[in-house]
Amino acid sequence: MKKLMLVIAIICLVVLPGLFANGNSDNVSDQSEESPVLVLLIDNATSLDGIKAVAAAFESKTGVATEIELRPGSAEGENLLKTRLATGEMSDLVYFNSGSLLTALNPERNFVDLTNESYMDKISSSYKQTVTVNGKIFGIPASSSAAGGILYNKKAYRELGLEVPMTWDEFMDNCQVVKDAGKTAVIGSYKDDWTAQLFLLSDFYYVQQQVPDFAERFTKNEAKYATTPAALEAFYKYKEVQERDFMNSDYLATTYDEALGMLAEGDGVHYPMLTFAFAALTNNYPDQVEDIGFFAQPDNAPGLNGTTVWLPNSIYIYKDGENVDLAKQWADFYVSPEGLAIYSATNKADGPFVVKGVELPADTPSGVLDLMKYFENDQTAPALEFITPVKAPNSPQICVEVGSGISEPLDAAEKYDRDTEKQAKQLNLPGW
Amino acid sequence: MIKQMKNYYSYLFLLPAGLVFTIFFLIPAISSLFFSLTRWTLTDWTYIGLENFRMFFSEDSLRIGFQNTFLYAFLTCGLKVVFGLALGVYLTSEIRTKNYLRAVVFFPNLISTIAVGITFNSLMHPSKGAINRGLMFIGITGPDWLGNTKLALLSVINVDVWKGVGIATVIFIAGISSIPTQYYEALSIDGGNRFDKFRHITLPLVRPAMNSVIILALIGGLRTFDLIWSMTKGGPGFTTDLLASIIYKQYSSGFFGLSTAGNVFLFILVSVIAFPIYKYLNSREVDL
Repeated sequence: MKKLMLVIAIICLVVLPGLFANGNSDNVSDQSEESPVLVLLIDNATSLDGIKAVAAAFESKTGVATEIELRPGSAEGENLLKTRLATGEMSDLVYFNSGSLLTALNPERNFVDLTNESYMDKISSSYKQTVTVNGKIFGIPASSSAAGGILYNKKAYRELGLEVPMTWDEFMDNCQVVKDAGKTAVIGSYKDDWTAQLFLLSDFYYVQQQVPDFAERFTKNEAKYATTPAALEAFYKYKEVQERDFMNSDYLATTYDEALGMLAEGDGVHYPMLTFAFAALTNNYPDQVEDIGFFAQPDNAPGLNGTTVWLPNSIYIYKDGENVDLAKQWADFYVSPEGLAIYSATNKADGPFVVKGVELPADTPSGVLDLMKYFENDQTAPALEFITPVKAPNSPQICVEVGSGISEPLDAAEKYDRDTEKQAKQLNLPGW
Repeated sequence: MIKQMKNYYSYLFLLPAGLVFTIFFLIPAISSLFFSLTRWTLTDWTYIGLENFRMFFSEDSLRIGFQNTFLYAFLTCGLKVVFGLALGVYLTSEIRTKNYLRAVVFFPNLISTIAVGITFNSLMHPSKGAINRGLMFIGITGPDWLGNTKLALLSVINVDVWKGVGIATVIFIAGISSIPTQYYEALSIDGGNRFDKFRHITLPLVRPAMNSVIILALIGGLRTFDLIWSMTKGGPGFTTDLLASIIYKQYSSGFFGLSTAGNVFLFILVSVIAFPIYKYLNSREVDL
């Protein structure tokens, strides 16, 4: 009896995987006989106009079409990428974050090394650093860079006689004036909890200026948010905004899209956000976009005022794809002067491009031009996620807690530090 | 020999079910036990012993997760029994629109949970939602149902009960219908009133149905995920996190070993709670 069961079990184990393997190889040979089509997997929140325009130009040049496949954003999409990479079912071209999240996709195993491509000389080293793993460069910039700070309604500023604040205290004074005028001083959109992180993330310029080696020591488990005063400061900013009741009353139920509407209509005057919001503002509120300006999130550190920069997301080439050579041609075309000209004609820039010699088009929103001043005066620093692989996975929720008064700043900072441990251990970093 | 063969062949009938069970249940269950002891990236794994379990239990929101999970499971379970029984008794009584009302009570079950979550999300919006607009109409300023840290979980529990009470009602209707009418007739002859009928006949004899409802609702509540995720995502902050949503967040951050450890623990927890209750409830069932 037992023997028979064992024999059956063994037969199952031997025969079944064979069946599945056959099925797979059949599929592969079917596909390779069709005319080549490149597939680009991209999240559903990114504006596609520029990419589609470049892809169309590539098709008319080479006859190779590009099919765009959408995936969900944030953690869900990341998960989907990891699963598809693990099962070997990835598209030829992959659009994904640069910086800390890239290491989690194991680029050395999954993506084509682009270090020796001729166009890499033209791409700024601050960007290349964010897609470099173990000395190899894996990505091309998919768009312009962006910055985190305060988007504000210039019309409301003119009406209330306000000026761009240079310190945090001045900013709070401005907020008080706005509040007294019966408008929302700071728009909170915590229903989309990632937007709650902006105060914390945009504050990194000041951390880097005051503690230049913070990122490096943070990676090594030596520096902590809770014990570094410059880093802890951001959590107190949440507390002050919350305690002085500067946010809209329904900030826990407001979404990112609703927040942009409030800002454009002037119901809300300040919105801590990334400049990539200008793309959505241009599309949804074309008449009001020129009323929206940008200034760096201020701080009380004496003599310091600057902005934190988000380097562009990247496009990577899947190593085991069927059309690697075509995909490389596609990438080459994408970052060529011709490709970038097509891109920037259809997709408004959120900030400067990271490819040398590419100028912003004349119809760039004036809010983005506000940002350019910080680049010209060299008052920028990359966001923390581009210089360390360690980020607290629960960062959005921790920011919502402190921003809505559920937790105290110091507790939130300690929680943030504890939360980073999981990420560091998963990546097996030394010192953790 | 021939006799022995006869004994064997019957096992062949078990094979199809056994195969399905092995491939889709046994192998995943055993491999998840194994992967809970590793640092796993889907492509590679390193054995790290019980480190994942240590990390899982040191998770900051775990205490909230426990509290919420138990509150959620026991409250939804209790409310479903109470409302389900009340509706069951009402819908088995002599009323004209019986069939129509039964359909109405069951209707929320036909909608996907995610759709229910999204719908209630907008109904419960503090300034633009239909519920607060209605309250405003009669002069009450409604709270932020999903943003208020004290209310958020209760709001989700209410929606869960609204959605799940239909199943409980159907089970109770079946239970009540199977009670022989002679018992009620006998009680009428003895002079019992409606309340006596409920108290002394319906309640004890509907016990098997009630046990099924309790077990189903409790297990469902302990491992619930979809409704809370579509309504609050565990927020604001961590205030409505359940064990399942904590595990999901770990999983979606790419901590596959850690989240597998969490699932192994959740499996053990549900078993430890559900089995004794099941045994206890069954021991008190009365034969018809």
